[in-house]
This record gives sequence, C-alpha cells and structure tokens, in this order.
Amino acid sequence: MSQSEPVPTAPANPAGLKVELGRDRPILLDCGVELGPVQVAYQTYGRLNADRSNAILICHALTGDHYVADPHPITAKPGWWSELVGPGRVFDTDRYFLICSNVLGGCMGTTGPMDDNPVTGQPWGLNFPVITIGDMVKVQARLVDFLGIDQLFCVVGGSMGGMQVLKWAQFYPERVFSAIPIAAAARHSAQNIAFHEVGRQAIMADPDWCDGDYLRQGMRPHRGLAVARMAAHITYLSEPALHQKFGRNLQNRDTVTYGFDADFQVESYLRHQGSTFVDRFDANSYLYITRAMDYFDLAAENGGVLANAFRGTRTRFCVVSFTSDWLFPTSESRAVVHALNAVAANVSFVEIKSDKGHDAFLLDEPEFHATLTGFLEGAAAHRGLPRPDGGRGR
Amino acid sequence: MMTVSNGNLRVDLRLIADMVEPGSRVLDVGCGEGALLDWLGRTKGVDGRGIELSMAGVSAAVSHGLSVIQGDADTDLKDYPSGAFDYVILSQTLQATYEPRTVLSHMLRIGRRAIVSFPNFGHWRVRLHLLARGRMPVTDTLAYEWYDTPNIHFCTIRDFLDLCRDLGITVERSIPLDRGGKTMAIPSCEGIANLFADQGLFVLSRKG
Repeated sequence: MSQSEPVPTAPANPAGLKVELGRDRPILLDCGVELGPVQVAYQTYGRLNADRSNAILICHALTGDHYVADPHPITAKPGWWSELVGPGRVFDTDRYFLICSNVLGGCMGTTGPMDDNPVTGQPWGLNFPVITIGDMVKVQARLVDFLGIDQLFCVVGGSMGGMQVLKWAQFYPERVFSAIPIAAAARHSAQNIAFHEVGRQAIMADPDWCDGDYLRQGMRPHRGLAVARMAAHITYLSEPALHQKFGRNLQNRDTVTYGFDADFQVESYLRHQGSTFVDRFDANSYLYITRAMDYFDLAAENGGVLANAFRGTRTRFCVVSFTSDWLFPTSESRAVVHALNAVAANVSFVEIKSDKGHDAFLLDEPEFHATLTGFLEGAAAHRGLPRPDGGRGR
Repeated sequence: MMTVSNGNLRVDLRLIADMVEPGSRVLDVGCGEGALLDWLGRTKGVDGRGIELSMAGVSAAVSHGLSVIQGDADTDLKDYPSGAFDYVILSQTLQATYEPRTVLSHMLRIGRRAIVSFPNFGHWRVRLHLLARGRMPVTDTLAYEWYDTPNIHFCTIRDFLDLCRDLGITVERSIPLDRGGKTMAIPSCEGIANLFADQGLFVLSRKG
C-alpha cells in the first residue's frame, strides 16, 4: 500500500461483521484504564444451534485476523485456516458455529492504536493504553455475551491464540467446555521477549515512525516494520525447513555479486515477506500486540503456581506442540500439561512430528488435523452434540 | 485404530477391564493406542485417562477421542495429586521403567488401587533356558535379545511380592496367567505360580 492510501479500518469483505461493545460498561484493562466503547470486527461460519451449545471461538495469532476462511480483504490470499474450515472439515461448519474476532489492539477493524481516540478525534498512536492477553480475552467474552452464548463448546488457537485459549480457561472455566492451545506457552520466554524487542526497536528506529505519530504526519514506518517481520519470520520456521527450501541457492544469478543485493534466495524470500507484510499491518499495532505477549505469564498471574490457574477446572484440554518448533517448544506445552495433571484435569497432549517449525500449525499437517478432529469428536460426544448425519456421539 | 474398531479386547486386557468398577476414574499408564480405555469408556462408563510414550500411540488414541498425554511412567506420575483416580493400571510395562519402585509408589499414591501385570522371570522355561544354554532367555513373552530389549528391570513374581511387602502394599488379588494371557488352574500368585505362570496380574491397594 502506498503512503497516500489510508489503511482501511473495516474489512472490505461484506461477510465481515462489526459490533460496538462496552459503551455503557467500559472494559477495565489490566493497566487500570477503562476502555469503551470498543469496536470489534469478527467473522462467523456455520450456524448456532437452538440450545447455543455448538460455538467454537477461534483465537488468531500475532499477525492473524478474523478472516479465518475468507480471502483476505487486502492481500486476497485465502484465510489462514481455510483448509480446516468447511463442511466435513476439521471445524465442520455443518456441525459447529465458528467465531473469530480481530484482537483488541489489532488493525483489521477491532479498536487499536491506529483508530481515532474518541476524546481527541485523532489516532490513538502511543496514547492507546497498553493491553494484555487477558484484555483481549475480556473483549472476546463481551462479544460472546453479545452473541447470546453462555458456554463455548471449544476455544482454540495457535501461538498467541493459544495463550488466549489458556487465559480463557483460567478466566472463565465454566464458559469453556473444551480448550485446544496449540504451539503455545503459559508464559513468554526470555528468548521470545528478546526477539520481540528486536522487532520493536526496528520499528522505532525508522524515522518514519515519528515517535508513534506517523498517521497524523502522513508517514508509514514501512522499513522498520518490514525488518521486524523479517526477524520474526525466521523464528516461525526451522533450520531444516529453511535449508530444504533455500539451501545456499542464489537468486536469479549464477554467482555472488560481491555486494549487498539479495544474492541468496533466502534473503529475497525474507525481503518479500517483509515488504508484503507492511501492506496489511500497522506498526503501532505490532508494538502493542507483541508487548501483550511479552507480559503474558499465567503462573505469575496465579500466585506463582501455574496449576492454580486451572484448579477445579472441568474443561477438557487438548495441548498440541510440534517437534521442530523452537519458538514455542514442546517443553512449554509440557509445562502446561504438568500443571493440568497436578489438578487432575482432563487433558490430552500430542507432540506432532513436523520439520516446519512454529508455522506448522498453519500448514498442511495431516496428523495434526486428525488429532484436532478426533479430540473435537470426543468432546462433542461428551457434550451431546448431534453429528451432522443425525447420530449422537461416536 | 485396529485394536478398538473390531470390538475385541486382548485377553489380558479383558481380565483387567473386568476388575474395574463401572463409573470409576482410571489412569492407564502405557496405554498404547488406548484399546483398554476405549473399552472401559464404552462398556463401563469409566472416566479414563492415559499416558503413552510413543507418538504414534498417543496420536491414534487422541484422534479416537480419548484423553491421552504423551509422557512416561518414570517422569510424569509425580505431577498427579494423591487420590485422583480409583485405579491406576500398568500393563506389561513395569519391567520397562527406570525406577519400578518409585513408579509403583506413585501409582498407589495417585490411585486407590493399582492393577499391575508383568512377565514372570521365574517361570521354569526361563530358568531352564538360562541353566541349559547359559544365555539370556528369549521366549514368546520375552521376545527380545539382551542388547535391544526395552525390558531393563525384570523380576520374578516372588521378587515383586517382596517389593510390595517392603512398600507396605496390600495384594488384594493375584492371578497367574499363561503365555496367551489366560487365567491358569492355579489359585493365586503365591507358591508354585512363580514356577508355572508366564505372567502375573495383581490388584494392589495401600495398607490401612
């Protein structure tokens, strides 16, 4: 997107929905600020059944959005989980009612730093309050209230989405029948905070960032945001995946140029990732959302003992990790499983063999999909959700 | 999942299943693809959980809707709270653990009862094999060479009963099993069972 075009504030897709929440009852954020009203952009698939028991809340990751299975309004690419959504698929739209909303602080329609502060009429910028994973979940809960749903059949998400899943299970145990945190953790590790800080510093080092005031000054810190994305993108892959895909192959040339062009295919690939990302993402949103992830520490929020977060829970959990994920390694998922075991929770845990790194949760991994399908099937049988063919349970 | 879909349960697992009270809470340690848990859930309304080491086993079990975690008896039992289950089951796995004594203690801390089965190294065929050939026994129930066996802590039925005594564990029931996992015409695992049983199956509880 060129600098002259405004960043769209609402999805161009007519199927995208939007609601204003918290006008009468603002949302009390963890930082102490009361925020309201809040615009929430969301999308739904399938139909809510008569007793409102078949709703699945899908939580998106850091740079995801609510276009789970629709073409993205800016990039026109298929939705990030479109392979999993549809009749007869993992998230069977003949059976379940799917909801996904853009997170608080996001830039695809839900209130975030690029929207106008209603008090000043100017973009929030860095005056937007610092938000947490818990704040995102509180807003999602308001949306679920608005949709008239008491209990969600399932809350599911990968990466930051998985953090939201864990927060949901802790905040609203009675409202979560089953929970699937994927490639996630109960706290953001020092290494992950470090990577986020590199990304934020790249944005802030871009003079076009204008101390966060770029919208009013008609600028966009595209270079800084692109570098942030490039650094982050490496962490989503794995060394074997990068080697397999690019090796040391050169980009459209037979020999190195003894210069700093993108000689290597991997450089060209990363530059492309960076430059396309800035078309669809807001730099300040990136600062705020990465900060929310950094602050996430479910044990610290529960007296220093992770198991306390789940005491007395009746939610059925399915924890999933991937062998080659070094950003949210299996050890983080295992810590969640141990905490759930300590309170005798109903938990399944599967480590999926994959060489695709953290991004595996977005890719075609048949064993992962079979795990999700089987777990949902088992949970649906316990919840008494009829099968699409009219049968009950398995 | 083959073991589940045909509706039949391996003979020794069927024996274990018969010992479990309907509606109880069960932890199956080393549950494989979850055949026993599936059976217990469907026929006895049991609230079952499993622990399994192999990724393939866990994946098959969870894909079948069972609550199973990837983990192992040596490292994962310590997390569970005391008295969380009515039964903790360890079928044909005790001899493959690093610390059988600790595993057994945890099983009886976590569960009101433990159901344990293992191959009996005191069987006359094993003894004869070692005596006559001077080599580590390889039999139907102990089908590995010494260098590739996962079974690192073999014991005889008598050894096991000694350990139970040391740990203050009550043996409520003991059933000698033959090579096919069927019950034998010997009443319990005391005495001659140590010579004639291929496997021992035990229902254990804490004293007091």
